[in-house]
Amino acid sequence: MAQKAIREYDAKSILAKHWDKYFPDFTYAYETVMVQNGSELLEAAKDKKWLNEKALVAKPDMLFGKRGKNGLVLFKDAKPGDVSLQKAASWIDEKSSSEQSVYFSFDGDTPTGEPKVDMLTHFVVEPFTPHDQSEEYYISATCVGDDDMLYMSAEGGMEVEEGWDEKVTEVAFKITDTEEEIAEKIKANIPADVKPEDKENFAKFAIGFFKAYRELNFAYLEINPFVMQGNKIELLDMVAKLDDTAGFMMVDEWGDVEYPTAFGMEAKSPEVEAIEEADAKTGASLKLTLLKPEARIWTMVAGGGASVVYADTIADMAGIEDLANYGEYSGGPTTGETKFYAETLLDLMTREKDPQGRGKVMIIGGAIANFTDVAKTFTGIIQAFENYADKMKEVGVKIYVRRGGPNYEKGLKDIKEAADRLGLYIEVYGPETHVTDIVRMALEK
Amino acid sequence: MEQLYTRDTQAIFWNNNKTAIQRMLDYDYTIKREKPSVAAIVAPTSGNKFEKFFYGADEVMIPLYKTTADAKAAQPQADVLLNFASFRTAYDVTMEALEIGGFSSMMITAEGIPERLARAMNAKARELGVTVIGPATVGAITPGAFKVANIGGTITNIINSKLHRAGSCGLVTRSGGLFNELSNIIAINADGIAEGVAIGGDRFVGSVFIDNLLRMEKNPAVKYMILLGEVGGTEEYKVIEAVKSGKITKPIIAWCIGTIAKYYDSGVQFGHAGASANGEMETAEYKNNAMREAGIHVPDTFNDLPAKIKEVFESLNLPAIPEPEINIVPTVRRSKQFICTISDDRGEECTYAGFPISSVATPDTGKGIGDVISLLWFKKQYPKWATDFIETVMKTVADHGPAVSGAHNAKVTARAGKSVVESLVTGLLTIGPRFGGAIDGAAEHFKYADDNGLSPKEFLAYMKKQGIPIPGIGHRIKSLKNPDLRVTGLMNFAAEHFPATPLLDYARTVEALTTSKKENLILNVDGTIGILMVDMWRALGYTEEEINEFIASGTLNAFFIVGRSIGFIGHILDEKRLAMPMYRHPMDDILYDVQKAEKL
Repeated sequence: MAQKAIREYDAKSILAKHWDKYFPDFTYAYETVMVQNGSELLEAAKDKKWLNEKALVAKPDMLFGKRGKNGLVLFKDAKPGDVSLQKAASWIDEKSSSEQSVYFSFDGDTPTGEPKVDMLTHFVVEPFTPHDQSEEYYISATCVGDDDMLYMSAEGGMEVEEGWDEKVTEVAFKITDTEEEIAEKIKANIPADVKPEDKENFAKFAIGFFKAYRELNFAYLEINPFVMQGNKIELLDMVAKLDDTAGFMMVDEWGDVEYPTAFGMEAKSPEVEAIEEADAKTGASLKLTLLKPEARIWTMVAGGGASVVYADTIADMAGIEDLANYGEYSGGPTTGETKFYAETLLDLMTREKDPQGRGKVMIIGGAIANFTDVAKTFTGIIQAFENYADKMKEVGVKIYVRRGGPNYEKGLKDIKEAADRLGLYIEVYGPETHVTDIVRMALEK
Repeated sequence: MEQLYTRDTQAIFWNNNKTAIQRMLDYDYTIKREKPSVAAIVAPTSGNKFEKFFYGADEVMIPLYKTTADAKAAQPQADVLLNFASFRTAYDVTMEALEIGGFSSMMITAEGIPERLARAMNAKARELGVTVIGPATVGAITPGAFKVANIGGTITNIINSKLHRAGSCGLVTRSGGLFNELSNIIAINADGIAEGVAIGGDRFVGSVFIDNLLRMEKNPAVKYMILLGEVGGTEEYKVIEAVKSGKITKPIIAWCIGTIAKYYDSGVQFGHAGASANGEMETAEYKNNAMREAGIHVPDTFNDLPAKIKEVFESLNLPAIPEPEINIVPTVRRSKQFICTISDDRGEECTYAGFPISSVATPDTGKGIGDVISLLWFKKQYPKWATDFIETVMKTVADHGPAVSGAHNAKVTARAGKSVVESLVTGLLTIGPRFGGAIDGAAEHFKYADDNGLSPKEFLAYMKKQGIPIPGIGHRIKSLKNPDLRVTGLMNFAAEHFPATPLLDYARTVEALTTSKKENLILNVDGTIGILMVDMWRALGYTEEEINEFIASGTLNAFFIVGRSIGFIGHILDEKRLAMPMYRHPMDDILYDVQKAEKL
């Protein structure tokens, strides 16, 4: 996926790094640290004096919002603006010591829906910034359809989210708009409620913001709110996504940026991580998502489109309870890469027998390939069969193959011979059979 | 443009992707195209001038260029760019080609071009009216006319899927793999496709479903359309709009894959980068229902798609499509070790650049040795003034007496009892930078000075700095007052017959300067020949670059070699006739100065 969420800390760091280029008329103190526990914070305070000198704010930095409503922003001990370094450190230790429930939607202040439960592992700590509500503003940018959109509001924080339609000014930009056109459009659309004395500065800031969004290849960039006190800017809260396909051009601009797993998402299994690692190293494509590893139907399908069609068909005919995984291999993987991919799947599917005593199904499917050599990839699958034949027989795996493309006759013949030799159940079909018909055949058995 | 490609369409293929290009040529051969579908290959890092490919059992050469600009300049008729650059450079290649202009469509294969760059590139192309297929695509095909790279897969599959001749369906998909699959389904359940496009799997692609369907609506060969969409995005709604507003009237059969996505949260990415639903409207199910309601033929599941195609196709009652004759690509073929582009002895009579020997040999043909040289050396029919000049040159350089080093060598070898050929080569081996080389050198340096606009004074200063005497200037005894009549003859001929002699005119101004310093620093015969050869090629329409290549490859030397061989052979035969004994050089003509070797 091209668009990847980054931490608030990284978003601020990227803007701070290029601050003078985009916001030459403004200052930003960039007083922010990211820590994983209290002692890291105390360690950081040795270098960063402001951690000792200023009242602090601490909050988790794990890609989720509504931290205030979830009670996860520390800004007061006895009263707002009195959080000391020690207090922040002990709060972080407390919050990170056990699993926390986080709600993603609220009706007023009442949480709705199911919370996600996970450990809090990353926190940002910043100075408490006393300011007037009227100094808070909202700005964000993203791409909608073919256009870039800039959203601006004279009100920041919760208010803007709850009154979006009335409070936010939207401006659309074509990708071909020049810098001058962009600046003109922004100047002409500064929200009416921005204080008169801030209007000019707001426009300057918005122009710089939008330029940074474009040139630094953000897919989404939001500051809610930012505080504008004359030429001094504070970024109180940020959300950002990067277009990671631009990573090769942005090595220096982005620095060492991390793409964390979202809070509450199950950690990736080692198998999935291994496939991702292999995928990153090859020009071909290897993808694996585990949906329900105890289910009985496993797919090993070639091609981004065909793999979806197989998943659709299994969901239609068997229901998703029986579908163990989604994945695809394509772009001409080598025999070795295919073998590794097949072994990963066979290993996962042969760990347990079906609890209801049914056999398991392996769908080795694919459309008619354009350029992938079918015999070559099937050689990899056959090598995996050789290593897993005994285990496959133990859990009762039936194999259904359908494939076409370069060298497919040899591929089909080889895989049939290998399965027969190893005593595995197999049915093999070529392009004369409809691409997903093997799903029907497998389910009828 | 109502049809993406025709049988005359030619492409510039960016990146020397040999397998994909061979697949295109196999397709060309199968459908009996007259010209190969790839006119040029851009290979920035290759030093080669062409790449060989099979055309049936034979081989053809496709020219290689370093840049898109060079390729386009040399092959202006090629109006399709097949951009096989990586995701790192695909944007630059596309933008440069848009800048150069003259392309009607571009196909971009790279997956994962930065989104902002992809958007900018697509917008620029749209503004210029250039159709972009991709990025992240396997391409497009107009069956029976032109096929992009790997689309359709192997030639066997192409024929099985009836992609070798036009059918009546217009096919648009996102996925490349399923494009192939659908071609096969359409061949089985209907009569094949008239045009097909896989628009690509990235989030931002150039031409979208509606662009391609609107073109197909106008294409009379397309009788109905099939659209295979995906979960994610809202492009299908533009198609629904066009159907509702009557912009599209031909029947459409459609299906969006990814109905499974609704069961999982957005964390599971099904299929391509573009395939992720933001909101209910972008789900496959919602889109399928919306299309069904708009009167588009939508099956119940993907498994029912073949039956739906059959049903719609049969309801159209189209006349059967005749099966054209095709060539069969041989399964075993061997690459040739040698290439010959000048003569051919395979037919009834051997030809020189297409002309039977008998048509240039006898006097009644009006052709001389200059014509034969123009055919075999340059693969062109030079006009008479040029062939006459070539002959004049060769006659002029045929001999220069027994004392010059080449003739002397030939004579010594002949007297050692060696054969004509052995004696000749010892003579020829002396030809080089010091003997005969002034022709090459004069052409090279005078041309350099002229190309760079050096005044005679600057030229002299430049040569002095290089530390070389000016080649082609100076004679042992001849001077302006006592001119070399060979030079006079050449110059008179040129003055009378050459359309223009710009380099000679320049050289004369140099000569005026050198002779003012010393009488015998005249333009000599070597210099005159070299310079006039350049003028001849210029007048014949060769580019400066081509002329530089002639000079660099030693073509000027070649005139001297052939001409002077006549003289050498004369000296050798002279020795044989006189039966002169073995030659031993008189010792009193040698200065002996031999010191005892020191011990180190």
